[in-house]
Amino acid sequence: MLFLLRDCSPLGRDPVLKKRDDFEDVLEERRNSSDLRYALRCYTPALYKGLVPCKASMLKSIVLQSDSLQYVVGQVSAECGESREAVQEEAALLLEEMAHRLQLGTIRFFAFTLSKAFKALFRGVCVNEEGIQRLQQAIQEHPVVLLPSHRSYMDFLMMSYILYTYDLALPVIAAGMDFISMKFVGEMLRMSGAFFIRRSFGGDKLYWAVFSEYVKTMLRNGYAPIEFFLEGTRSRTGKSLTPKTGLLNIVMEPFFKGEVFDVNLVPVSISYERILEESLYARELLGVPKPKESTSGLLKARRILSEDYGSMHVYFGHPVSIRSLAQGHISRSQHNLLPRHIPQKPTADTQAFVNDTAFRLVRLQEENMVLKPWVLLATLLLQNPDGMDLSTLTEQADWLRRLALAFGAFLDWPDHEPCSKVISSSLALHKNLVCVSGGRVRLVVEELPGAESATEEAGFNRAVSVLSCASYRNQILHLFVRPALIAVAMQTANCSRKDEVFNCFNFLRNVFSNEFILCPGAAVQDFEEACYLLGKCGAVQELQQDLVMSQSGQTTLAFLCSVLDPFLQGYQVVCRYLCEELEENLLENKFVPAVRSFTLQLILSGTCCYEALSSDLQKNALAALIRLKAVRRVKAGDQVTLKVNKIAVNSLEDTLGKTNVQHINIYLYSSLLNNK
Amino acid sequence: MFLKIIHACKTSKRKVQLSFCCMRSILSLSLSLSLSLSYFFFPFRHDIMKWNGWGYSDSRFLFNKKGQAEFTGKRYRLSGLILPSLKDWFEGTFGANLQHKSPATPALNVSAVPPPNLNESFVEELKAAGVALSQEPEDRVFRSHGHCLHEIFALREGRISRVPDLVVWPSCHNDVVKIVELACKHNVCLIPYGGGTSVSSALECPPEETRSIVSLDTSQMNRILWIDEKNLTAHVEAGIIGQDLERQLNESGYCTGHEPDSMEFSSLGGWVATRASGMKKNIYGNIEDLVVHIKMVTPRGVIEKSCQGPRMSTGPDIHHFIMGSEGTLGVVTEVTMKIRPVPEYQKYGSIVFPNFQQGVACLREVAKQRCAPASIRLMDNEQFQFGHALKPQVSSIFTSFLDGLKKFYITKFKGFDPHHLCVATLLFEGDREKVLQHEKQVYDIAAKFGGLAAGEDNGQRGYMLTFVIAYLRDLGMDYYVIGESFETSVPWDRVLDLCRNVKERIVRECKERGVQFPPLSTCRVTQTYDAGACVYFYFAFNYRGLSDPIHVYENVEHAAREEILANGGSLSHHHGVGKLRKEWMKEAVSTVGLGMLKSVKEYVDPSNIFGNRNLL
Repeated sequence: MLFLLRDCSPLGRDPVLKKRDDFEDVLEERRNSSDLRYALRCYTPALYKGLVPCKASMLKSIVLQSDSLQYVVGQVSAECGESREAVQEEAALLLEEMAHRLQLGTIRFFAFTLSKAFKALFRGVCVNEEGIQRLQQAIQEHPVVLLPSHRSYMDFLMMSYILYTYDLALPVIAAGMDFISMKFVGEMLRMSGAFFIRRSFGGDKLYWAVFSEYVKTMLRNGYAPIEFFLEGTRSRTGKSLTPKTGLLNIVMEPFFKGEVFDVNLVPVSISYERILEESLYARELLGVPKPKESTSGLLKARRILSEDYGSMHVYFGHPVSIRSLAQGHISRSQHNLLPRHIPQKPTADTQAFVNDTAFRLVRLQEENMVLKPWVLLATLLLQNPDGMDLSTLTEQADWLRRLALAFGAFLDWPDHEPCSKVISSSLALHKNLVCVSGGRVRLVVEELPGAESATEEAGFNRAVSVLSCASYRNQILHLFVRPALIAVAMQTANCSRKDEVFNCFNFLRNVFSNEFILCPGAAVQDFEEACYLLGKCGAVQELQQDLVMSQSGQTTLAFLCSVLDPFLQGYQVVCRYLCEELEENLLENKFVPAVRSFTLQLILSGTCCYEALSSDLQKNALAALIRLKAVRRVKAGDQVTLKVNKIAVNSLEDTLGKTNVQHINIYLYSSLLNNK
Repeated sequence: MFLKIIHACKTSKRKVQLSFCCMRSILSLSLSLSLSLSYFFFPFRHDIMKWNGWGYSDSRFLFNKKGQAEFTGKRYRLSGLILPSLKDWFEGTFGANLQHKSPATPALNVSAVPPPNLNESFVEELKAAGVALSQEPEDRVFRSHGHCLHEIFALREGRISRVPDLVVWPSCHNDVVKIVELACKHNVCLIPYGGGTSVSSALECPPEETRSIVSLDTSQMNRILWIDEKNLTAHVEAGIIGQDLERQLNESGYCTGHEPDSMEFSSLGGWVATRASGMKKNIYGNIEDLVVHIKMVTPRGVIEKSCQGPRMSTGPDIHHFIMGSEGTLGVVTEVTMKIRPVPEYQKYGSIVFPNFQQGVACLREVAKQRCAPASIRLMDNEQFQFGHALKPQVSSIFTSFLDGLKKFYITKFKGFDPHHLCVATLLFEGDREKVLQHEKQVYDIAAKFGGLAAGEDNGQRGYMLTFVIAYLRDLGMDYYVIGESFETSVPWDRVLDLCRNVKERIVRECKERGVQFPPLSTCRVTQTYDAGACVYFYFAFNYRGLSDPIHVYENVEHAAREEILANGGSLSHHHGVGKLRKEWMKEAVSTVGLGMLKSVKEYVDPSNIFGNRNLL
């Protein structure tokens, strides 16, 4: 499935030529006029031209009476022997639990309170108004699905807030069930358009039917724009998560079945200069459980209101028409022979299409994420764990800025200020993470009173800082990951032949495809794209058969290699653990804690980087190993055990470990091929 | 006895033919009389019909000096009337302007017609057999096309492509047998020609054909051979034109009830060859329901059944190889059809619905209760407005006052949005009492869907639109507007989605292909079935500013058909496949299905004598 991201000319893939819109700060007006008047102002959004007007309550009865739900109710009642009425009743309860109760009043309440909160938190909330205009157009034409990136709880509040501000139709938002437990807040969110989905409902046919019909009905009737997070959950690492396709499948189905002419998918990139949940995420990644969402927790969290979170940017991307995407790839007539209300598993073609689309959309989100200077500083600081001289940092930051721009970064670097000033203000904003003392910049690590520095606890504290910092560095990874894979591949291949480099690149790309957003099947394009970028910035020269480092390319390639280094290390650690430490089969849920303590020991002995402690990385590594069939999941009752093929894991570790290995291990490579 | 019937029919026929002749010029009448008997009914069709447009030469729309639209001639209810609102509708809908004309070439340039490629020995033997024939350019051009937009557009511009090399007029079944035998013997290509109303490029001569192409015009085989009142059947020669068949049967108190929109010009043989559908199929059935017996001449010989049993279990019905074969297997020469007594009472009607969705829901309910009147059709809002533009000048203030009152009642009192409401037109037939009862039943159902009875007049005008729409296309083409209609059939649950998506696809495709003005993209549901409906689309646009309007048009129509298929619609409900929709046949009937049809062709006509290359 190479089709989605194919650009025909090298110019077409030159990211620098991508035009991006200008931003406008929506808080500016809020600082100058009454919030109350704003919250109570006249709200008359432009609506979808095919709108079937209906109230939230009527919506429920439409869903419950729909042919597709009735069909499943009949099926379930036949299967479990309960009466139709009982099953129908159950469906009604499920819908009751799920459904939103969007009310303008609640929105107005939020408009007022959030204005206050946002003004306290942020210096500015910048929105691209052209994107808003495009969205307004799109909403009138076809049903719209809003797909924001997900980095913070703030995201969906912010989305609704912005749409209200610009007098656009308010979305209904798919939210995780977690919020329901927050007594009062859950209901408030419900009334502001959130509908709640259980995190897992694997085999529950009825639940799926209620849920999917609810979403589809809102879409078909043009009830409201539908908003959900492709990534499924908040990314704790600052990297985009591999997209989930369940909801995307649901919102595409009405198009596939001809029930709507088209659906517009609008990727939205929300970027924060400073993430509210920063250290919370780092701790979570280190195994401190996520605090359960509770109202009292929320109230306690109000101290964050006194801190400065810099500015945030919300970029509404170009609406993507499903119809145009599907043109030539999906035959809608495949639905001609079955009544459309009978649920059907998507065909392999459809699934592949939806999957590709999901990746494409996440990449669109990534592309339009605004990067702050701090992201560059964090990148450099992580590569120099012992700290850097401010002057060196300034110098290198300037170099990195140019490299990033050459790669097409959407960098918000103040043009008219001297580099040093930009850097010092960035450092100031993130003073909880870095400090400058005696001209040296280093990470802030919470000191333990009277303890030695080599203890586990000290190590843990340092890891919190490193992972917090990494969550900013990670924001720029989407830009560097492909060239970095080539940089590592060039080293690993130890030969300049392009096809050798490509083989190594493809291998690494495959290993890391749970870690980064790498569209499945797009290896060749990714390779070409990265070669082009490296060529453009003068790091490599593309010859007929060869890919050679140019003289000035050393710095760039070395930098790119070290960008990937923590991940290479982390994956090796996981492999080592599985090969060396593991005696017997391991329960899956014991995997993370076990790897964590193994890693911590390595760190304390100084042979491993702190980032390897991230549970996200560890889980991704495991997923990759399972995908590569080096580890097998065996289900026994409720428990899942991991069966490790030590030879395979071992050779993977070797391959990742030796940057000078000439051939990639045959066994592994063939298993990779089998996996395609 | 049998002969007697034929004779009787022939005499009565002559009467008809004579009255028909009155419409011709005296000159052509005397000409035909001076010829031998077999030339007596010689068809100078182009004397009364346009050579480069639809229908009768004397009937056409035009904008008079005052800029008002009028319809000329005397043949139709609209004839001779002024249509005051057509101009505004026309200019408003298409962005057309009466100042910008795109007139047709006035007369056929005979020298542009390629010289005939004759198979001399075939012609000699044909002459010896006494079959009427012609190689005049006018005759050949007239039979070289149907009524697809691109065909008519080319004629208007004076462009002539491959045309038949010879036209032959068999006068009976045996003539056809002779012609087909000779065609096989001399390897010439035969293209059967009935009424020439095809809209599927079925009559186009394949440009790759190197043999002599002979157009076999069935128009002289136009007699009713016998009527069997005991079994209510009539045996008719297949060249008879629809309106003649009905009129002649009416004289004996019968009708077939088969009334396709083209019935003024289309032939019985054509109906059989394309699986035609008539407006009143709800009472009388479509052609496949009406046909009892078919005789067809093929290169292998004559195919027919041995009896007239009303239903048989004798393997697959061979009639179904013939119906829809589109002239690829042979010539249908005689057909036995069911007939019915002429209904005692006929009544038009109409219903206004607040929107198209409600209208479709009502039609579905009517179909479900199996109480559809002879005809029931639902126009969408655009078509309703179109129909309104064809309202003739109102003669009295009272009528116009009444119209105003009606409009007020519907839009203000009932709250119908004039931009959403749509109209169903109805035609009831049968004995008076039953019709009235039936009418009530249908209106009661309609009321459940918010429908209001809107009078007989609106109903009748709706049906008139059908007959004049093709004339209107010619008017459009005088002012840079081109258009066409196409149809499909689709299950009930997909009707609304299909209509919306296809209409929208047309609008979008036009925009993407540089059409400067929004197109007219409208549809109506024209037939109801137990399991679905037939949907008809009209599509037209102003082509000023386009360098190759026909190409754009064809691309849009192609896209619209793709959209239809993607939404669960069929390739065709009754227009047929021809060459226009051939590319989708495999998708439509599966590879095996297509192979079956090909193997029949292979057996029946191995040398491809019937080489119009339709369908397969």
